[in-house]
Amino acid sequence: EANAVIIPQCSHIPPGRRGCLMETTVSPNKEELVIRPLHSGDIYTSFQFRTLWETDFTRENKVSHYRLFPKSLGQVISKFSVRELHISFTQGYWRTMQWGQPYLPSPPGAELWVWFQDSLTDVDGTWKELTNVLSGIFCASLNFIDSTNTVQPSASFKPLGIGNVTDHQIVCTENLTPWKKLLPCGSKAGLAVLLKSEKLFHSSFHSQAVHIRPVCKDDQCKTTSWELRQTLNVVFDLHNSGQGKNEWSLFKMFSRTLTEACPVASSSKIYIDITDNSQGEQFELSPATPLLSQAVVLGDRRTFSVYDLTQQITFGTICNVLKLPVTYSAHAGDMLRPLLHAERYVAGYGLQTGEIHTLMYNNHPYRSFPVLLLDSVPWYLRLYIHTLTVTSKGKDNKPSYIHYQPSKDRVRPHLLEMLVQLPPNSVTEVTLQFERALLKWTEYTPDPNHGFYVGSSVISSLVPSIVAMDTNNSRERPLFSSFFPSKEESSYFVRVYTEPLLVNLPTPDFSMPYNVICLTCTVVAVGYGSLYNLLTRSFQIEEPSPGLAKRIANIIRKMRGVPPL
Amino acid sequence: CVGINLRYRFHVSLLCKLVSCFGDRAGQFFSSGHTNNWAVLVCTSRFWFNYRHVANTLSVYRSVKRLGIPDSHIVLMLADDMACNHRNPKPATVFSHKNMELNVYGDDVEVDYRGYEVTVENFLRILTGRLPPSTPRSKRLLSDDRSNILIYLTGHGGNGFLKFQDSEEISNVELADAFEQMWQKRRYNELLFIIDTCQGASMYERFYSPNLMALASSQVGEDSLSHQPDLAIGVHLMDRYTFYLLEFLEDIHPASKTNMNDLFKVCPKSQCVSTPGHRTDLFLRDPGSVLITDFFGSVRKVELTMETINLTDPIDAESGELQKEMHTYADQLPVSEIIHQKPKQKDWHPPDGFILGLWTLILLVFFQTYGVKHLKHIF
Repeated sequence: EANAVIIPQCSHIPPGRRGCLMETTVSPNKEELVIRPLHSGDIYTSFQFRTLWETDFTRENKVSHYRLFPKSLGQVISKFSVRELHISFTQGYWRTMQWGQPYLPSPPGAELWVWFQDSLTDVDGTWKELTNVLSGIFCASLNFIDSTNTVQPSASFKPLGIGNVTDHQIVCTENLTPWKKLLPCGSKAGLAVLLKSEKLFHSSFHSQAVHIRPVCKDDQCKTTSWELRQTLNVVFDLHNSGQGKNEWSLFKMFSRTLTEACPVASSSKIYIDITDNSQGEQFELSPATPLLSQAVVLGDRRTFSVYDLTQQITFGTICNVLKLPVTYSAHAGDMLRPLLHAERYVAGYGLQTGEIHTLMYNNHPYRSFPVLLLDSVPWYLRLYIHTLTVTSKGKDNKPSYIHYQPSKDRVRPHLLEMLVQLPPNSVTEVTLQFERALLKWTEYTPDPNHGFYVGSSVISSLVPSIVAMDTNNSRERPLFSSFFPSKEESSYFVRVYTEPLLVNLPTPDFSMPYNVICLTCTVVAVGYGSLYNLLTRSFQIEEPSPGLAKRIANIIRKMRGVPPL
Repeated sequence: CVGINLRYRFHVSLLCKLVSCFGDRAGQFFSSGHTNNWAVLVCTSRFWFNYRHVANTLSVYRSVKRLGIPDSHIVLMLADDMACNHRNPKPATVFSHKNMELNVYGDDVEVDYRGYEVTVENFLRILTGRLPPSTPRSKRLLSDDRSNILIYLTGHGGNGFLKFQDSEEISNVELADAFEQMWQKRRYNELLFIIDTCQGASMYERFYSPNLMALASSQVGEDSLSHQPDLAIGVHLMDRYTFYLLEFLEDIHPASKTNMNDLFKVCPKSQCVSTPGHRTDLFLRDPGSVLITDFFGSVRKVELTMETINLTDPIDAESGELQKEMHTYADQLPVSEIIHQKPKQKDWHPPDGFILGLWTLILLVFFQTYGVKHLKHIF
């Protein structure tokens, strides 16, 4: 559908002028940091960097002028006819019950979802090349993504796309380094200065992501522009990292301070969530700022203190840095329970069979809402779909839509999608039995006793919201509240990821080929050797040599001329 | 076209007259014969207690980067992740000295092959250049016949083999053949091979291609020992040979004149306990005339040109027909649409395999029993 012709901005430049005029109504580059103190004593920080770009990749003349949009990603979009791309790398698991809902959910490990243009014919080949190219850009082992762990869901992740749900990955500085290099200011100025890897990875949760998609330029939405969002979500556990006391500051969290905003950013802001601190009873911000803003995010109206880095007045007068020390004075109260959260675990014993249990909690007191559960299980866990049961409050809960695509050994994984209505204030349990397969000995990883990972389940839902959501999507809003566009006011879209599973497969003894070769060779050598000797050797009688006394007697007898003994 | 070594220009133009010293420096430059530098650094061990092998590789990476070789010319292969390992008490760091003095992981590191990707097959494919077409550039060794390549291997090894990730080995014969393939395809000008494993000298015994120089940390029958444990991290941080190699390299800067004979003296038996060995018989030049920076540093080919280039006018894009259609954001969870979705019609595939065999058998038996001419009575 997205085939509108967009006029590039450089169309009417008189000769003698160089460069393109970027005349846009929307600011091309925005950066934002949201800090939210959580009830468990942790601090949730979320960086978002957004770049907008007006260009049309479907035209024949190749795009060659890149200013703020990184060239590596621009070339990926045009070469592989990508319409939308989401890639995230996460270390750690988001604990919904303790931390609430994240602004942007992500599963542990790496996740890649891509939507291609309609004009693309060879999706499989392009998918393989795209994963290889992205693995080079982000220094990640994405080249293990192939048809055996890729799914094309029919209902989740609208519009239809192709994706790899999760893959176990270790995320470290080598993934952060190329991510930082994609930012317009790199890590030299603006909020990206705070991204020091030693502090970022010493945290309970670390997630970095890149989202590329077309967005509406204005209200009528007749033209679209490309949006690149780079997000980084970190949850710091200040007790764990040796702080102890209930105080935090930018320097304590990131071991850096801010001195200036990124020069090419049109907006650079820090939001601190003070909704739970309306009378200042829990913590105190310094320097205090008069700027306050309210935003409806995740179905709730939250109040934020805003620090605008593009204003010189934000930085302290003494040393021109923004430190933001905060001291907690009282204990945090109870957190509002999140309306939807999920858990998943493997039950059973032994290495033959097992059972996957997925629990979905609806904590709303009187409203029920539908959830879409997407499960992608690798082929070596053979699911028995006839054992699938969905129960809520002890009774059977029949899903209104089920789509199941069985796996094919070594070709594709299981895909199960279900639309389930969750009754209010209840726990819904989905159970499924499976059997473990024995892999070929070359298919095992070098450390097979660690286990094999099963990606997280994805639960998408429209959750009723406490306050009316803003459906006017073209207005200028803070980045963290505008990722999922809302279509209706009474509910908002939420995506929850469960834990990944670690399943032990029956592992053979890898020293057996060596043992077998040794044993067989020994048996053959001994057996064949003996047989050969028996068949081909002939025996001759040999006189034993006589003793010394006899030999001397024989010599004397020979001298006498008498026959020997 | 003449490539002028950029780093020499700084020193030459300041210190001596251009004509006399230039001839001397240019002669020295052309005597080495290379125009670009590459490095392939491999750590082949997995698991937390092999921390020191990753630290070895990262310290060589750090030196090589410091002396000028860019990330695009370094292929770094680490078989396991130590920096963000959950056992690491200081995440995102890999230390080489006890008391955590030097973090060799740093803030700017690009690992090209990590984890399960470090296999014998991938290593040999990198060396010979026979990679699948979709491999990104950062994972390729794009060297040519004027490249000097540094290859550094570390891990656990034995007499004639090097163990990769506890599950496979590469033998010295395979390695020698890979280098011969590189020579025949003109993929290197000169190659320096350094290996820090037990019985490392056995790995270069079988080399037979020209222009190879090899160094090993121990002779056949000897073990390479590790340097010192750190009580906070709980493992040995570095191997002795690479520890003293790193110390030696920290004194090298891009313009230094130290040559290979100094490198051969690194880590004598008193410090290393094992006897480091080297092999130079296949190397055409005298090792005393080979600079350390010929392999560890970087040469950038710089062409100076005085002619002006006219930039073409920007492309005047014609404003095509404005097909302004309304776009909307797609509904994230269209419940009614999903429920009423018709299942996709599956394509009909002809029966294969077992079903086909079964039907063929039934038909054969049928025709055999009844004979063809009786069929007209049945049908």
